[in-house]
Amino acid sequence: MTKLIQRFSLGGVALTISLTALGSSFDGAKDPYPSTYAVQNSTPVLLQDGTVLVGNGTRLEHADVLLQNGKVAAVGAHLTAPAGATVINVAGKTITPGIIDIHSHLGVYPSPSTEGNDDGNEATAPSTAQVWAEHSVWPQDPGFEMALEGGVTTLEILPGSANLIGGRSAVLKNVAATTVQAMKFPGARQGLKMACGENPKRVYGKGRNTAPSTRMGNMAGYRAQWVEAKSYLAEWKKYREDVAAGGDRAAKAHEPKRDLRLDTLASVLNGEIDVQMHCYRADEMAQAIDLSQEFGYTIAAFHHAVEAYKIADRLAEKHICAAMWADWWGFKMEANDGIQENIALVDLAPNSCAIVHSDSEEGIQRLNQEAAKAMAHGNAMGLKITPEHAIQWITQNPAKALKIDDKVGTIEVGKMADVVVWSTDPFSTYSITERIYIDGVLQFDRAHPAATPRSDFMLGQSAANGVSP
Amino acid sequence: MKTKLIAMMMGGVLAASMNVSAETVVLHNGRLVTEGAGGVIGHGSVVIEDGVIKAMGEAIATPPGARVIELNGAVVTPALFGGLAEFGVREVDSESQTDDSTLRLGQMRPEFDPSLAFNPESTALSVSRIEGIGFGVIVPGAPYSRRGASNGSVISGQTAIARFDGRGPRGPHYLSVQLGRTGADLAGGSRAAVYMWLDQAFNEALSNAKDQDDNHVLTPEGRKVMKQLLEHSGTVLLYANRASDIREGVTYALKHKLKPIIVGGAEAWRVSSLLASQHVPVVLDPLTDLPESFDQIGSTMENAARLHKAGVAIAFSLTAQDQAMARKLRQAAGNAVAHGLDWDTAMAAITVTPAQIFGVDGEYGRLAVGRRANLTVWSGDPLEMSSLVQSVWLDGHEQSLVTRQTLLRDRYLPKVQSHQAR
Repeated sequence: MTKLIQRFSLGGVALTISLTALGSSFDGAKDPYPSTYAVQNSTPVLLQDGTVLVGNGTRLEHADVLLQNGKVAAVGAHLTAPAGATVINVAGKTITPGIIDIHSHLGVYPSPSTEGNDDGNEATAPSTAQVWAEHSVWPQDPGFEMALEGGVTTLEILPGSANLIGGRSAVLKNVAATTVQAMKFPGARQGLKMACGENPKRVYGKGRNTAPSTRMGNMAGYRAQWVEAKSYLAEWKKYREDVAAGGDRAAKAHEPKRDLRLDTLASVLNGEIDVQMHCYRADEMAQAIDLSQEFGYTIAAFHHAVEAYKIADRLAEKHICAAMWADWWGFKMEANDGIQENIALVDLAPNSCAIVHSDSEEGIQRLNQEAAKAMAHGNAMGLKITPEHAIQWITQNPAKALKIDDKVGTIEVGKMADVVVWSTDPFSTYSITERIYIDGVLQFDRAHPAATPRSDFMLGQSAANGVSP
Repeated sequence: MKTKLIAMMMGGVLAASMNVSAETVVLHNGRLVTEGAGGVIGHGSVVIEDGVIKAMGEAIATPPGARVIELNGAVVTPALFGGLAEFGVREVDSESQTDDSTLRLGQMRPEFDPSLAFNPESTALSVSRIEGIGFGVIVPGAPYSRRGASNGSVISGQTAIARFDGRGPRGPHYLSVQLGRTGADLAGGSRAAVYMWLDQAFNEALSNAKDQDDNHVLTPEGRKVMKQLLEHSGTVLLYANRASDIREGVTYALKHKLKPIIVGGAEAWRVSSLLASQHVPVVLDPLTDLPESFDQIGSTMENAARLHKAGVAIAFSLTAQDQAMARKLRQAAGNAVAHGLDWDTAMAAITVTPAQIFGVDGEYGRLAVGRRANLTVWSGDPLEMSSLVQSVWLDGHEQSLVTRQTLLRDRYLPKVQSHQAR
């Protein structure tokens, strides 16, 4: 809770305290569909003599990493293998934490792209805070296994950006499963996807001649939603207080009608769900920050944030992460000022939180290379960005933005054993993943492709299995 | 650092090239990847006189009065290929006022040549140019719609060569034809109907049909273009990913004595023996490895390596991106190497091979004595993302490395730095 409050703006603190007054009475953020992911048993694994990019800015040479009972059990030189441990020499190879992609649409916009599985945007109203991305995720999306091969062990699946308020996100572990519940990261918070700029106004204004059709319409649209959410929260608060007071007051208490959309929004005001906001332009990010202060909620990260470099200092001051591409630009007006130094400039600000994200089934497979590009362009400006620093952009920093940094994002004792062994320096184009562990279980082994997860969809697809007759 | 940036800003002209007339320049002690007879020269120099490569090799004397640029082992390659995209004919994808790439007449117009709209001031060109890209193929767009409705035709128009130093585009012009699902949508719903339209167009071109016949699919001008194509065994770009579409399209083209080039080719590896035996090159995206549609269930990172092994000529182009992202192509080439292709072939696939496929290997794709300099100097292996461009020479002129993007960087870096110093 302390941590939560630190990350809040002043208005948010007040609301967080009012939540405490509510106790557990308001259950809008409670998960009726909890994770069923269970860590499989695994034999201990000792990775010996590798280069370890820890994920917290440090690196270790000739280091061993012990994975045991699903956790990182030890990190250091000359560790002793416990009885029954698999010992693997990784000399010359690099070990990193499992990569975390904070922005993915795998499962909700799966491959193949079909109308039947086109489930990423509930583009039927500008605010659909009631929908949850997890209910759209198709676990058989072959994109998951390709992302795994790219070293991605945790990912946030978001609704698309057609709406001002798109719905709740889901944080998943990248494990093969037949249900989404079995992929849900145990205990991870949900996010709320919101979107700035061109997309909502195009979908509704230009597409349907309904609000919003302008950026001022966007802003008015968000505000109206938060005003509603505030009174909804107040209604529930009054009801709970009345009930708690007992006697006549309790007898006359009227239970408010539950509203799924407002449940989500009120949970954001409560501090139980953070906002993950799609926003390209610096001026719009500044307005979104003002908006969050007006209503007292937390923006965890701006996603895409093509112009984050223009307000890097402000984002750092507000403890808002920026999740960015290394080099995307030019595909629409709000992406026109994209520069390859964006990530490095955001990172340069003190106490910043720069993240490399994908928003792409291709990009998610090689976030290491995206980080490599950002590092190279930062260093060309005269910055001295090391690999052990840059790896944080795809490990610890997204973990912080998702508030799971106590569990993943670094190779430190007690963390989940989500670990990738790379053939060489992961910032090389030629580097490929060799072994990937999730909670200590070997999920990908390049030496044994038959053991690699394979989507049900790919079974019996002769097109993938050989030359054409 | 600061001095350098200020100098860059003061000299921050956006002009494509600096005046180097009558100057002799020596690029001294570089690793020369010639893509030609010279192979790779470990420690070599390039002498550029009046824009022309006058000498190249290991023991080259420095001509008197020459400006010597010390490379210290930096890598010199031919200026890179940028792939197939709307170079110079589209600026911002979502803004139709900046897009001249695509005809939406609902008619078959093989005579459409989008390169006549080429805008040498397009910022997307300069952004690619400072990343070492010298040439690419301007392609007519296909007004593809996911719902199957379309206002275009299976023949999109003609391609041309974009020259990234801003000189006008040049030929040769190839005909662009959409097969597969995109072709199906443009043809009325079925990929089979693509051939129905092509049959009619070819028959019209070869017959002495009257101009005013209502059933014609071609204009008189279109007929001329198609007749020429057929009579001269012209080249056609066949956009296709599924193995069966590739086979059908190649067979069709060969039946009409045309020279096919497969573009896309996600499943080309499955028909590699046909492609090799008929000398059909493939322009592919090495990063295509997902079954993104039912046209490409057989996508694999090993496509490039398998095709090369079978003897098929390959060039690279990104399919998922556009005119703004040509600079990513070298990364894609590096990934092909990570998945089984040898480095030399990957490098050739973004230099000499596309120059050959698209008929401009006399100008682009190789370093050779007697040619105008079209080359890029890299801090290291161009297929590594840690390597960056040091200088770019196009048509013999050293190119300015200033773009909107570098000016934005230079404007905001001091702002972040001043905050950092607090």
